[in-house]
Amino acid sequence: MAILEVEHVQKVFGKTEVLHDISFSMEKGMTLSLIGSSGSGKTTLLRCLNFLETPTAGRIIVNGETLFDSAQVSQKTDHELRKKRLHFGLVFQSFNLFPQYTALQNVTLACELLAKEKKAWHTDRKRIQQEIKEKANGLLTQMGLADRTGNYPYQLSGGQCQRVAIARALALEPDILCFDEPTSALDPELTGEVLRVIRSLAERKMTMIIVTHEMAFAKDVAQQVVFMDRGEICEMGTPEQVFCYPQKERTKQFLAGYHQ
Amino acid sequence: MDTILQQMPVVIGALNKGFLQTLKLFFATLAGAIPLGLVISMGSMSRIRLLNRITRVFVWIIRGSPLMIQLLIIYYFPGLVFHTPIWGGGEDGRFHAAAIAFIINYACYFSEIYRGGIQGIPVGQEEAGLVLGMTRFQIFWHVKLLQMIKAIVPPMSNEIITLVKDTSLARIIALQEIIWAGQAFMKGSQGISGAIWPLFFTAVYYLLSIGILTILLNRLEKRLAFFR
Repeated sequence: MAILEVEHVQKVFGKTEVLHDISFSMEKGMTLSLIGSSGSGKTTLLRCLNFLETPTAGRIIVNGETLFDSAQVSQKTDHELRKKRLHFGLVFQSFNLFPQYTALQNVTLACELLAKEKKAWHTDRKRIQQEIKEKANGLLTQMGLADRTGNYPYQLSGGQCQRVAIARALALEPDILCFDEPTSALDPELTGEVLRVIRSLAERKMTMIIVTHEMAFAKDVAQQVVFMDRGEICEMGTPEQVFCYPQKERTKQFLAGYHQ
Repeated sequence: MDTILQQMPVVIGALNKGFLQTLKLFFATLAGAIPLGLVISMGSMSRIRLLNRITRVFVWIIRGSPLMIQLLIIYYFPGLVFHTPIWGGGEDGRFHAAAIAFIINYACYFSEIYRGGIQGIPVGQEEAGLVLGMTRFQIFWHVKLLQMIKAIVPPMSNEIITLVKDTSLARIIALQEIIWAGQAFMKGSQGISGAIWPLFFTAVYYLLSIGILTILLNRLEKRLAFFR
């Protein structure tokens, strides 16, 4: 069964249709690269999946559970919305770390706030806090930041910040982790360390959707590639199908632009 | 005529008493205006259009008219127009009226500083919190508040220093603050008359208290310098 099914998603801002009839599905443990030129709707699609935007129409289904259905206009409570959000993680282009917290605190904050809402917190606080901390330390170590856990974001390089942001998203154990141009704000010499980390996650079978302009990486890391153009899915398939044997004229043009 | 040295103990005693009233008004204003300003800033950022408009017009009126006029209106209006002098005639009544006027006035200035501080925080902070499953209140409390405080300390310091000196406006409704106490020796008080030096001497009180405040506020700014 597909872990994610997106059906006929449409998003309209005012009179502009930003997403038109987007449908795709993906299997657990797969990595999907979402490519396309700026303004093609890639970021908006990720934001819809993370409920930062509400789709105008369509359905989003995770593990068979319908998280969003425009046909059922139910007044969602904040509590329900939060639970739905936790199926997805999002890593931003500009990191969006919390500046007043250390790398470690950035990773633990949301976990602790969630733990506080559970009953066990009151009886077992020390142990739970310790567990969260150990888990966060483990994740930061996995990101190659074992010696940086006590640093504030301003003391870290862009690449290090983005790796903290990845650890922060992973700490909540999302079903699907989304990346919105994770290396676009980085100096070229720092993109490598972030891409390596994402690649290692792919090897560990983390389900991921990656919006990126790094074509070689998009082709290499993914099992599935979606090319978007003007708010529509123009072409999708395996990396080989899309990158080596594109069928649509638009896809060829786009890829040719990168080969120059 | 006595020398200044002989007048000194009497004058210092009177000025101290006046300065106590100045300090009371200063702290009462801060205690009231800091939280009230937050409420007003919420109003002026509200998505409810009517509330938003009303708040902004209110802030415009308060910031757009002299504090001295506001003091006079708040003190005299209830008695003269409605024939219900709610403040009473004593020093306590005058203090209450002055404190209300100052709190409302400063809360409006503070609210605009808060608004700038909150709106200056990048949207990405809120979005990152939402994606991590935090509630809007948790995001405000655990993420935005400290960033906002850091951003508003310098402009708030300015307002707080201005407030120390603005308290002297309360003498327009005869509140016996330090300038009033100094001036009394010109007209004649406690056997001293025609002396202008006590009035000038009040400046020393202002200088010292603002010096201390500046040190404290700088310290706060440094304590918040641990992040950028």
